[in-house]
Amino acid sequence: MRNWIEKQRYIIDFTISSLLRRKVKNFGLLALYTLIVFILASTMFFTYSIKKEASLILKDAPEIVVQKIVAGRHDLLPVSYLDTIKNIRGVAAVESRLWGYYYDSLVSANYTLLTPPANGSFEDTIKSSAKTTVVESESGDTSKPLFELNGAVLEPGTLIIGNGIARLRNIGKGDFMPFLAFDGNVMNLRIAGVLSSQSELVSSDLMLITGEDFRKLFGIDSSYVTDLTVVVNNPSEVEMVASKIRKRLPQARPIIRDEILRTYDSIFNWRGGMMIVIFSAAVLAFVIFAWDKASGLSAGERREIGILKAVGWETSDVIQMKFWEGAMISLTAFFTGVILAYVHVFFTGSLVFEPALKGWSSLYPNFELTPFVNLEQLTTLFFLTVVPYTVATIVPIWRAATIDPDSAMRFTGD
Amino acid sequence: MIELVKVKKVFNAGNPSEFSALNSINLLIEENQVTVLKGPSGSGKTTLLSIVGCMSRPSAGRVKLQGREITSLPERFLTDIRRKTFGFIFQQPNLIKGISVLDNVMLPAYPLGEKRSHLRDKAMKGLAELNIGNKAASKVEWLSGGEAQRASIVRALINDPHIIIADEPTAHLDTKLSYRFMEIIEKFKAEGKTVIITSHDPLVYESSMVDRVVNLRDGQIEGEPA
Repeated sequence: MRNWIEKQRYIIDFTISSLLRRKVKNFGLLALYTLIVFILASTMFFTYSIKKEASLILKDAPEIVVQKIVAGRHDLLPVSYLDTIKNIRGVAAVESRLWGYYYDSLVSANYTLLTPPANGSFEDTIKSSAKTTVVESESGDTSKPLFELNGAVLEPGTLIIGNGIARLRNIGKGDFMPFLAFDGNVMNLRIAGVLSSQSELVSSDLMLITGEDFRKLFGIDSSYVTDLTVVVNNPSEVEMVASKIRKRLPQARPIIRDEILRTYDSIFNWRGGMMIVIFSAAVLAFVIFAWDKASGLSAGERREIGILKAVGWETSDVIQMKFWEGAMISLTAFFTGVILAYVHVFFTGSLVFEPALKGWSSLYPNFELTPFVNLEQLTTLFFLTVVPYTVATIVPIWRAATIDPDSAMRFTGD
Repeated sequence: MIELVKVKKVFNAGNPSEFSALNSINLLIEENQVTVLKGPSGSGKTTLLSIVGCMSRPSAGRVKLQGREITSLPERFLTDIRRKTFGFIFQQPNLIKGISVLDNVMLPAYPLGEKRSHLRDKAMKGLAELNIGNKAASKVEWLSGGEAQRASIVRALINDPHIIIADEPTAHLDTKLSYRFMEIIEKFKAEGKTVIITSHDPLVYESSMVDRVVNLRDGQIEGEPA
């Protein structure tokens, strides 16, 4: 056993010196390999973290959101639905909401407008609204403070805007923002405050306005709201309550929180998947490169292997040497790529892939993801990068290792 | 003792370029003797040497080492025999560039997993004996032709082999270095080692320490019926 360990040490030492002797070639391979790992790891870290973050946000969201559907289209919901739902056994609370999208042709961006209900604390209102808005605007984290109002009070004629909007329009507190109302009139609203940058994943494109202004802007009668949120205390009763809502209000469409989570999951699985499909071409190119690199042994390398075989190295010793060579390159590239991807995703906000992975609006939120990396992700990544490289180099390595030992005797040049 | 019985070696068998390098060679090489395989280029000297040194297998015939048939042994066993029994000195020093003289010398012992300090001492002793101990840490590309040749001799001896095989060892050496090489061979003989050399250098085959000269021509031993 001791001899075996000593032998491995000798072979590893020789392999390191061998790698360093061909610096340019091996560093080129290492750089390309690291880049592949970096791209794949960044995609995986980003999609996984954002899904995880979303699931944490939605953890505290209302169990059911009720909308009204008319002929398959989302429609305004009569306030009378609220009482019908309240009377269903198992329902702890029902709240109405007013929200909608507003398209700003000036900057070609969509804003999400929300109205805090009349009752409840201001902060709680925004929190709960933001939570449920996440579904629509693909946003973030309620564990962080959502806004800093600096004493600003939301009153008719004012609004509070998200950081993304402030950045995009280059406006701030005290400025006025014009809106084109449903009847063609222009509504000028004064900005009472800007939401904190910490809440940006949730609130980048968010606008908070009073119910009165909201109804004026969209032309909604006071007997209608956008939707309702339903709180159900017993999780096992959620399905039952949803089916009762459907039964009593045939035009209602109850959306269960788990369904929202599934939608969220599939959106980011799809995006991440698309990225991986695109980059699989890069992985394939890399595998071809690795094959070429391993099979295209230079005359010097062939001569070296011939000498080793002639002085008493077995085929298996040469294969071991090549194995260590592959392992060193693979592991160095793997860990470097993973660390760089970690920094890229969690410290620079996915600078490179931002447009492909974050939202589809022109309002990209600026936010830092909370790092979520688990063993499963790393294992998957390992199988996507190290295994293809190893498989691609097996045959060329075997061919190199079976060079005849007498080739050293036939070598007469220098 | 090495015995070759009706050994044949054919390259590219079955192809239009088929070439027979050795034709039915019968040869007995005695222990503790210096044997020279002499002949012009293309006579089959190197091919015969590579078969004797377990580097390649004959196309037909048998090779016996100390009475043991080794022709049909699997590659692993042949390598083991090659490593422990033979020390090779090539026409070119065949040292690996970019690493030190000491590392080059220790290379044949790596697969045996010998203790590092012990192996290092052995290598340093060998280098000192051939007066290149001060070059141990130097890279091989900095060595002169004679120093490189001596480094390759130390490498050949690192596993303490019984048989030294040298292929055209003086081909790239000047007269002075060639004499120096023959002195080293004499020392091997005195230590009880068997030495097999291929050469067409008179300085080698006419040397007084050579016990036997085998003449090869066209893949056959001269004077032997085909």
